[in-house]
Amino acid sequence: MGLFGKLFSALKKTKDGISEKLRLLFSRDKIGEEFYDDLEELLISSDISVSTSMEIVDNLRDKMIEERVKDRDYVVSELKRELKDCLDMADDVEIVYPAVIMVIGVNGVGKTTSIGKIAAYYASKGKSVTIAAADTFRAAAADQLEVWADRAKVRIVRSSEGSDPSAVVFDAISSVKAKHTDVLIIDTAGRLHTKSNLMEELKKMSRVVEREFPEGNFYKFIALDATTGQNALSQVEVFDEAVGIDGIILTKLDGTAKGGFIVSLCNELQVPVVFVGTGEKIDDIELFDKDGFIDGIF
Amino acid sequence: MAVFQGLSEKLNHIFSKMTKHGRLTELEIKQAMREVRIALLEADVNIQVAKDFINKVSEKAVGQEILKSLSPTQQVIKIVNEELTELMGSTNSKLIVSSTLPTTIMMCGLQGAGKTTLCGKLALYLKKQGKKPLLVACDVYRPAAINQLKIVAEKAGVEVFEKGQGNPVKIAKEGVEYAKQYGYDTVIVDTAGRLHIDENLMEELENITKTIRVDEILLTVDSMTGQDAVNVAKTFNERLAVTGVVLTKLDGDTRGGACLSIKAVTGKPIKFSSVGEKLTDLEPFYPDRMASRILGMGDVLSLIEKAQEAVTEDQVQKLEKKMRENSFTLDDFLEQFAMLKKMGGAKGLMEMLPGMGTKIKVSEKDIDEKKIERTKAIILSMTKKERNDPSIINYSRKTRIANGSGTSVQEVNMLLKQFDQTKQMMKMMKNRKGKLPF
Repeated sequence: MGLFGKLFSALKKTKDGISEKLRLLFSRDKIGEEFYDDLEELLISSDISVSTSMEIVDNLRDKMIEERVKDRDYVVSELKRELKDCLDMADDVEIVYPAVIMVIGVNGVGKTTSIGKIAAYYASKGKSVTIAAADTFRAAAADQLEVWADRAKVRIVRSSEGSDPSAVVFDAISSVKAKHTDVLIIDTAGRLHTKSNLMEELKKMSRVVEREFPEGNFYKFIALDATTGQNALSQVEVFDEAVGIDGIILTKLDGTAKGGFIVSLCNELQVPVVFVGTGEKIDDIELFDKDGFIDGIF
Repeated sequence: MAVFQGLSEKLNHIFSKMTKHGRLTELEIKQAMREVRIALLEADVNIQVAKDFINKVSEKAVGQEILKSLSPTQQVIKIVNEELTELMGSTNSKLIVSSTLPTTIMMCGLQGAGKTTLCGKLALYLKKQGKKPLLVACDVYRPAAINQLKIVAEKAGVEVFEKGQGNPVKIAKEGVEYAKQYGYDTVIVDTAGRLHIDENLMEELENITKTIRVDEILLTVDSMTGQDAVNVAKTFNERLAVTGVVLTKLDGDTRGGACLSIKAVTGKPIKFSSVGEKLTDLEPFYPDRMASRILGMGDVLSLIEKAQEAVTEDQVQKLEKKMRENSFTLDDFLEQFAMLKKMGGAKGLMEMLPGMGTKIKVSEKDIDEKKIERTKAIILSMTKKERNDPSIINYSRKTRIANGSGTSVQEVNMLLKQFDQTKQMMKMMKNRKGKLPF
C-alpha cells in the first residue's frame, strides 16, 4: 500500500457519497445558477463552513463567467484548485528536535489513541519518544495510555489519578532533559473549550513547558474528530486563543464523515493539518497530504 | 447571541420594506427561509433535513397574520421555533421498564461519544430513583475501558460485572444471569465504540440483542456531530432498532443541529442530554431549549413569549391611539417601564423590540436596572399636571422633584430629555401601524 494508500482507501468510503453527488451535478446539461446553488450545498454537506463554501462557489462562478467556461472537467479541476487554495492558506509544520508535542482537544476526539499512534510513528523513524500521561482527570486515562506506550515501545511518565497535570508535565520534562529524548508527547484531559477553568489549567501546563524546557521546540496540536460539524471552528478558535495551536490531528477518518471542516479551518483560521488517523491499529496514522485528501474526496 | 443577531438582522432587512400590510407574503417568506436555512446548516442540521423542514414551515408561514406585539422577523422566528420544537418531540426522559426483571439497557454509538461516562450517569440516576442497577462491561477492545467503567461505577456507588477481555456477547449474557441471581433490577450494558460501517462490530451488537432480551437501546451521540450524524443514526437504527437517543457534551457551545437530523431520520425520542463532567450532569431533553439553541437564539425566544404575555392587546391599542394623537405623557412613559420590568427588562429585550433592533442601539447604561428605578421615582415625584404636560416643569419644580425622589436636578433634566426624544421617535414612527415603540 502506497504512502497515502490508507488515507485514500479510508476516504473511498466517503468518496462514493460526494463524488456520486458531484457526478450527478455535472451530468446536467447546463452550468447555471442552480448548479452553483447545488454545489454550495454539496460543499456544506461535507461540513465545510457556510462562509467558506460560499467563498469557494463565488470564486468559481466569477472565474467561469469571466472565462466563459462551460466545460465540466475544467470546472471540476478549478473546484479542486479552489479547495487546494483553501488548504494552502495554512503553512505546513516542520518538526524540529528536541520536540514537545502537547495534544489537546475536547472530550472523546481520540487524543489518547492518536498519541499512541504518533509515538509509534516517531519511534519507527528512529527517534526516542516519551509520553506524559497528563490526563489525570478521566478515569483510567493513564492506564489506557500505558497500553499504547507498551504497544509503541516507548517510555511513559505517569502519576496518580487526580494529581496536578502540570506536575506530570514537569516530571516528564526533567526526565526528557536527563535522557536527551527527541520527542515528548503530552496527553491532556479532554475539555470542552467553553470551560474556562480547564482552559486555564491548559495554559498553566503550557507555561511549565516553556519555562522548564526553553530549548525544546514546543508544538500544540489539537485533535479533531472527523465526525464533528461546524463546531470544529469554535474549538480551534478558543484553544488557539488560550495556548496557540500549531497543527491539527484529524481523527476517525475511517468513518463516513468527510472532515470537510478542515477546508474552512485552513481557510479561515490558517491552521494546518499535520496527522490523519484512519483506524484503531497502531499504524493507522499518516502525515496529511493535501492533494491526496482532495483527490480522495473526489 | 452573535448568531441570533446575524439571523434576526438579516430577517429585519428582508422585512424592512414590510411595514403597513399585516400578512407574510410568499416572496418575503422565501427570502426569509433562505436565511433560516443557512442558520440551520450552520448549526449542523443535515442539508436534506433542513430542506424538508423549510418546505414545511414555509407552507405554514405564508399568509399568517402578524401578531400585534411582534415584528415580522419575530413572527417568522416564532413559527420556525415552534415547528422545530414540535419536530424534536416532547420532554421524554422516561426509560422503558420491563415487566420481567431485570430491565436491560444497552448503550451504543461511535468512539468517543461518551458511552462509558453516560453509563455511570445513568446508573446514578436510576439509583436515585430507588433502582438497583448493574453495569456490565462489554467494551473489551479499548485499552482500559473496563477500568474506566469500574472507576465511574465506584463514584456512582454501583456494581460492575466484568470478565476481562472476553467475548462481549457471552459477557452480556452472564451479566444478565448475574443480575437475576443477585437481585439487580436494571442492567446497563456498556459496549465498545464502533463505526457504523464496521460490519463485524455491528454484528456483535446484533448478537447481543439476540442473546439477551434488550429493552432499551440507547444511541449515544456527540452533540458536536456534523452532517454525518444522519448516516450514523440511520445505520445504527436500521441494524439495532434503537429505542432512544442521548445527546452528550451539550455543555459546549455547539448548536447541536445534529439532534434534529437524528430525530428526523430515526423518529426515535431523545431521552436525555448530558451537560457536564460530573455524574449528576444528566438532564431530561428539553425540545424548546434545543430549538432556540439550534437557531442560535438563547433566551431571546422566551423573551418573545414574555413580550406576548406582558403586553396586552389593549395596551397596544391605547399606545397606538396616543401616538396618533401625540398625547404620550410621562405616565405612559412610566407604564412602559413597568412593562419592561415585567418582561425582565434587559438590553436584549430592548433591541429585539419592534423598530428598535435596527434603528436604535441601546447602550448598556440606558437600561441599567437601578436607573429604571430612579426614573420611576422621579416620575412618581411629579404632580399629575406635570406628568401630563412636562413643559411646565421649571427650575423650582425640578428642585422639588429631585428632592422628593432623592435624585438630582441633572437627573431630572436627563429624564425629561429622554422623554422628549421618545416623543420625537414616536412622531417618526407614527405611520408604523401596529408596532409598539419603546
